[in-house]
Amino acid sequence: MTTLRGGVPFSLRLEPRLEVSRWLSPALTAGALVVALVISGLILGMVGADPIRVYLHIVGSSLGSVGAISDTLVKSTPLILTGLACALAFRMRLWNIGAEGQLLLGAWAASAVVLVPLVPVGTPGIIVLAMMLVAGFLGGAAWGLIPGILRAKFGVNEIIATLMLNSIAFAWIQYWVFGPWTEGGFQMSEQFPTEAWLPRLSDLADAIPALRGLTVHGGFLIALAAAVVVWLVVERSAWGYEIRLIGDSPRAAKYAGIRIARNILLVFAVSGGLAGIAGMAEVAGVVHRLQDNFSPGYGYTAIIVAYLAKFNPLRVVPVAILFGALILAGREIQPSGVPGMIQGIILFCLIASEVFLRFRVLIVHRQPVAAVAGVEE
Amino acid sequence: MDLQLIMAAGIAVGTILLFAAVGEILAERAGVINLGVEGMMLIGAVVGYATAVSTGNAWLGVAGAMLAGGLLSLLHAIVTITLRADQVVSGLALTFLGTGLARVLGEGLSKAGAISLLPRFSVPLLSDIPVLGPIAFTEQSILVYVGYLLVPATWYWINRTRPGLHLRSVGEEPAAADALGVSVYATRYRYVFIGGMLSGLAGATITLAVQPGWFGALTVNGRGWIAVGLVIFAQWSPFRAAAGAYLFGAVVQLTLAMQLPPTILGLANPFFQYHANTFFLEMLPYALVLVALVVGSRDAMRKRIGAPAALGIPYVRGERGR
Repeated sequence: MTTLRGGVPFSLRLEPRLEVSRWLSPALTAGALVVALVISGLILGMVGADPIRVYLHIVGSSLGSVGAISDTLVKSTPLILTGLACALAFRMRLWNIGAEGQLLLGAWAASAVVLVPLVPVGTPGIIVLAMMLVAGFLGGAAWGLIPGILRAKFGVNEIIATLMLNSIAFAWIQYWVFGPWTEGGFQMSEQFPTEAWLPRLSDLADAIPALRGLTVHGGFLIALAAAVVVWLVVERSAWGYEIRLIGDSPRAAKYAGIRIARNILLVFAVSGGLAGIAGMAEVAGVVHRLQDNFSPGYGYTAIIVAYLAKFNPLRVVPVAILFGALILAGREIQPSGVPGMIQGIILFCLIASEVFLRFRVLIVHRQPVAAVAGVEE
Repeated sequence: MDLQLIMAAGIAVGTILLFAAVGEILAERAGVINLGVEGMMLIGAVVGYATAVSTGNAWLGVAGAMLAGGLLSLLHAIVTITLRADQVVSGLALTFLGTGLARVLGEGLSKAGAISLLPRFSVPLLSDIPVLGPIAFTEQSILVYVGYLLVPATWYWINRTRPGLHLRSVGEEPAAADALGVSVYATRYRYVFIGGMLSGLAGATITLAVQPGWFGALTVNGRGWIAVGLVIFAQWSPFRAAAGAYLFGAVVQLTLAMQLPPTILGLANPFFQYHANTFFLEMLPYALVLVALVVGSRDAMRKRIGAPAALGIPYVRGERGR
């Protein structure tokens, strides 16, 4: 057998770290981000783009003015909610990759409240919106329960199951916007009545002119509240303790008498419900109708958001805002694959950087004797 | 609807899944899950197509696609085998990276126009077999025939050769394999790389043979994930993977064909009458994967066979257990 180490005069040795200093984790995360941006810049340079201009453009069009910041918060709203959905599931090491589909089903269920309609015309806005919120949560939760049941009862891999359900959800939305709910044959429903619109900051512009044109809507507050609630549940409740124990050591959890199958179902339902609220906030706060392609893949970016936040619900908020900025600015960047590529490189650098958190990496120079031993292998 | 044509097209489309699934089987038999198949297929698809466009030679495209898929998979190998990071997350990152990078590299490629594709031909004698001949051996791309040969060859390699024995031992009992002098790390690197090359080949099968052209991320459109699902359904056996891939291809072609005729068996075709109904046909292949997963997972539980024992677990020499 030849080995890969054959021609290299040194090898890497990983020694487990016994103690981790406090600043190491944030420093590594920051370092990984910088490395990721440098690598992305090099690739951008190779394909003929100017990386500095791309990055300046991202900063300028997402943070350059009050209006831009407001738009960034709009984009970050669904990312916070889907990021929470992923963080909750990932904390239990349940790989729910289906936040995108759960978001779509939440949007569909919330739209049904207005479009079927489930409430009589003229119902006050606060009741309509509350019903849409509940419907959005239930729609996402139902869609999340499917992979939960498949995993808990049949041992089906939840990654593949949730991905397949994402594709099915997309076709489901298309059926409704092309079919029963179409407006004159276009792939969108009619516009919701204004009772079903989440209030925006610009609604107050008559009283405070400075708020004119600001599109931040009530969904952002819902998202912030959800972050606090999920944090309290995960970090401060008995149920949260069960989730964390299953995530850290499924065997210990089993011996402690924790019902794992039941927790799989619950976590998948709540995770899906959070993503469903993201869908509700998008249709009620941004597009004000159901249409296809209203999500540029929030549910997928949420995976990176959750990971970068280290599954901590409170940290999901700033990370989601960062990625909201990237998505907002990314709409105008050519080639169009750049934001996705940068996201992938960031995630890669992050997981690669974690090795330094868990191990001390030592470079061992190999002795000639060792090299001979290597050949004998 | 001509069932024979549908089946023939199903085999061609299934070949895409076949290459990716066999590649993933090899990596997983060595103990490494690589969820980056979708990204590697897209990179293979774009590099293969771009190379064929610029050189005019489809074979160079195939070589480039396999090399690109293999190189991308090495990122996964370094991060998971050497740096012992979580294989699930690394694979997801690979899909993000591969998808984004492929879209960047493929910018403007969709307007490349006609290119020379890989040759198609009928196999003498075999194409005369009734039913099977016209479906499997008539006017198929050369890669379809490569697929026919790859499946038994891979089975033989895994189950009947000495390197295959090493491969299995690394995936089942890495510590024992290491004690016997098999390099666990090198073996895993090797099969992750081969898996990446086959994913790249699967991508090139799309753009250079079966469905030529570059349509951004839609070129692969989730089929990498379907291939990963097939591996579970196939219980890590190349023959079951091939059966699943061809069956899946046939179902996809059938759902496409069902949208066209105004009547089916004398009844009004609901998919022709009301176009929105065709979205239910689009769901069908994905629902089929879910059903296959349930069947595959239950079978595996019942027969107590299944994933290689060390699948997903980083190997550390000298650590207790695995």
